[in-house]
Formats: sequence, structure tokens, C-alpha cells
Amino acid sequence: MLKVNDINVFYGNIQALKGISLEVKEGEIVTLIGANGAGKSTLLKTLSGLQKPKSGTIEYLGETISTKAPQAIVKAGISHVPEGRRVFSNMSVEENLELGAFTRKDTSGIRKDMEKVYDLFPRLLERRKQLSGTLSGGEQQMLAMGRAIMAKPKLLLLDEPSMGLAPLIVKQIFNIIEQINKEGTTVLLVEQNANMALSVADRAYVIETGRIQISGTAAELQASEEIKKAYLGGH
Amino acid sequence: MDWLQQLINGISLGSIYALIALGYTMVYGIIKLINFAHGDVFMVGAFIGFYAIKGWGLSFLPALIISMAFCAVFGVLIERIAYKRLRNATRIAALITAIGMSLLIEYGMIYIRGAQPEAYPADVLPNKAINFLGVHINSQSLFILLTSIILMIILQFIVQRTKMGKAMRAVSLDMDAARLMGISVDKTISFTFAIGSALAGAAGVVFGVYYTKIEPLMGVIPGLKAFVAAVLGGIGSIPGAMVGGIFLGVIESIVSAAGFSLWRDAAAFVILILILIFRPSGIFGKNTREKV
Repeated sequence: MLKVNDINVFYGNIQALKGISLEVKEGEIVTLIGANGAGKSTLLKTLSGLQKPKSGTIEYLGETISTKAPQAIVKAGISHVPEGRRVFSNMSVEENLELGAFTRKDTSGIRKDMEKVYDLFPRLLERRKQLSGTLSGGEQQMLAMGRAIMAKPKLLLLDEPSMGLAPLIVKQIFNIIEQINKEGTTVLLVEQNANMALSVADRAYVIETGRIQISGTAAELQASEEIKKAYLGGH
Repeated sequence: MDWLQQLINGISLGSIYALIALGYTMVYGIIKLINFAHGDVFMVGAFIGFYAIKGWGLSFLPALIISMAFCAVFGVLIERIAYKRLRNATRIAALITAIGMSLLIEYGMIYIRGAQPEAYPADVLPNKAINFLGVHINSQSLFILLTSIILMIILQFIVQRTKMGKAMRAVSLDMDAARLMGISVDKTISFTFAIGSALAGAAGVVFGVYYTKIEPLMGVIPGLKAFVAAVLGGIGSIPGAMVGGIFLGVIESIVSAAGFSLWRDAAAFVILILILIFRPSGIFGKNTREKV
């Protein structure tokens, strides 16, 4: 579904991604784990068109998207839940969800999907008229995910959904990620919480200072001594 | 009952400031630029309205609409030609460009048609004194107030209810997140310039009808005062611009009524200084939070 071939991304003179290649197949949950500053968020931003690669290509459903504008990429079916949620704080929950469906014109489909989001996250229904800036961190994460779902994505990019949330909420969020995936959305999940990410993922990539170091199935990585030591906090 | 008359005059004048201030505040809200050429769009609007009335013999409303449409296109052109390429430049570079744009429009206008003033025909709007509870109210100031209020209601509707309005708010809150929703930031910024400039154009026509005299440098002082109004209300805030404009108009009328009409312009800038010292975020402004 998604094929990244040898992309190099720069911020000015600083190279953030050094020849990254990876693949996401339809129906999978693929996770990208790595420490702060490894280039995880940069990769997602490049996929959704906020950053342009200096070289290399990104293919999605057989089409090159690395040169396309973000709105064309959203239309093609890639939704990105950015790091830190980035909900529109001065707008209501419902308005945020409406904005998620900005590229769509099928009014009845939008309404149906809004109900679907409210089913998935009943808390959002309770707070639909509330300004999203007043929500708790977990609720904002739910809103950011619901907003992305409103675009009816085929591929969902999630950037650190567990960041700053209580363990119980993290669990809830990850259950929902699995549910979204079961309903047919492919997921690329970026996480620092490697334990949690590997427990839901099919395959995983480990990224370090802009390079993919290790890749394999989630089970392989969970069993690997090297990964345990560096990312899972085990001995 | 003299004070009531002054109050209504002040509110009418203030509603003109408010119309101009809305453009300042919306553009600032979205690209953090003080568009100093905005007062000159107001001037161009006044002239377009004048030519529509005098040249084509149109009445007030069609002239107003033509002027608004012209200014909307004009505003978008200014943005596309001058500001768009500076989107990632320093703010001071954009600000200096705006000042340059302002001078270009002023002296371009003088180059095209000369510096001589024109007089709006006095009979565009009925000019009668209406007697209301012993107070003489000029029917023109009521018309002006009504026009401004209708335009502000339409604006509020566009911003709060329409898809483009929601996109505008989203872009002003978080540009990258808006991009991730599939919102075209360029289109949204153009739309903002179009709306803001249309309001300035409307303000120009209304100003011309009310004060009759128009000339190519007429945008400077009202433009600055509208800027003060926007800062007073809290720059970036739409209700702030409305309230700030009307407040400023009323203050000016009070100062004039108290016999200090020569100090009228100074009052606006004294307010600016006081606001910047005591409440820089304005009446409706929030303290901006730093994003981490």
C-alpha cells in the first residue's frame, strides 16, 4: 500500500532522515519505534506532505505522492494524527470533527461517520459543544483521532498517541487503534512506548538518528535481546 | 439630549472604523501581518463607489456592492503579488513590504487620476433630520450604522457557520494542523484578504457618503485609527474589532462634543499608547500561549 524508497529529508543543513525505506501493506498495523529526535515525526510529516524529501520517492497505492500537496494526500486517503494532538483549541469538538471531513462533499456520509466517531468515543458525544481546548489530554487524543477518521482514511498515521497520557487511557486508545484497524484501516503508528506499540502491531521498524536500524515482525522484535535492552526496559 | 445625538454620531463613525478594523484583525489573525496597505484599499473602495455613483449613475446599494467586489479582487492581488512570497520571511520584512504597498497604492492613485479631491453627491442617501424623543438624528448616520451592522452579521455568519469560515479559523489557530485536514492554506488566506478588503471597500463608500470629500490620501488617518481600534479590541479578535471600532468612534465624538475637536485624532493615539502600556492584548485578546 505504502512504499517509501530511500528518502532523505533536511531541515536547512541538518539531515533528519538518511535513506529511509519502509513498506506498509494493506490491513496491517506497522509501528515505528525510536527515541526522541530519531526522525519518527519527520517521517510522518514527509508522508503527509508537510515536509518534502530532497531525494527518494514515496509511493502510495501505486502513485508517487512525495511531490503532492498535503490536501491532495488527504484526499487520496492518508490521515495524519499529529504529535501533541493539535486540536483546534478555540473550536468546539463538533467543529473539529467537521474540519476533519473538510475534503469530503458527501453530506450524508459525513453525518454517518460523525455518528461512528461518537460511537467509538462516547466521551466526545458528551462534550460535542465544548471548546476542544478545555478537554483533557486523553479526550483531545480521542478528538484528534476522531477528526482523522472523519476524512475516511485508508491509511492512518498516528504520531505518539500515548504521549502524556495515564496508563489506563493509553490502553483505551490502543484498543481503539486495534478496532479501527479491524474495520479496515491500515495504521502506521509512531511510538516511544515500544511495549505498547509492539503489542498491537504486526510489523515494526526501529529508527535511530534518521536511519532504520532493525525491522521485523512485532513478535521477533519483542523477543530480540537488543530491543529489550534498548527500548523495552527489560533485562 | 445633546449627548444622545453625539453618541449616535459616534457609533456611526465607529462602525466605519470597525469595518476597516475587521480587515486588519482577520489578516493579522491568519498570517500575523499588520497590513498597512489596508487603509488604502479603503480609499480605493471610496473612489470605486464614487465612480459607480457619479459615472454610471448607480444608487447606493449597487455602488456599494461593486466597490466591495472590486476591493475583494484588489486585496487578493495585493496578497498574491506582495505578501505571498514573504510567508516565511521575517515579520519585519513583511511589515516593511506592507508600508511600501501602502505608498505604492496612494501614489499610484495620484499618478492615475491626480491628487485633487472629489465630492460625493449629497443625495445618495436621504439626508433628513429625524426627530426622535426630541433628539435630532441624521438619517444618514442611521443608514450607515444599519449598513455596517448588516455587513457584520453577514461576516459573523460566514466565519462561524460556513465551511470557508471554519477553515479560516482553523488556519489561524494552527496552520500545519489545518493542512493535515486537507485545507488549502493559500486559498484560505486569499479568501481572508478578499473578505477583509471587501469590508474596507464598503467602509470607503460609506465614509464617502457621510463625509462627502474623498482624496487619494484619505486612507491614512482612518486606516491608522482602525488599526488602533483593532489593537484596542485585541488584534486577531473579530468581536474585538467591532467593539474597538465603535468604542473609538464614541470617544472621538465625546472629545469633539466637549469642545476639543482639534484633539480628536490625538485621542485615538493616546488610547493606543494607554492600551499598549496597560493591556497590550486588548479588550478581547488572550495572552498567547507559547506552543511547545
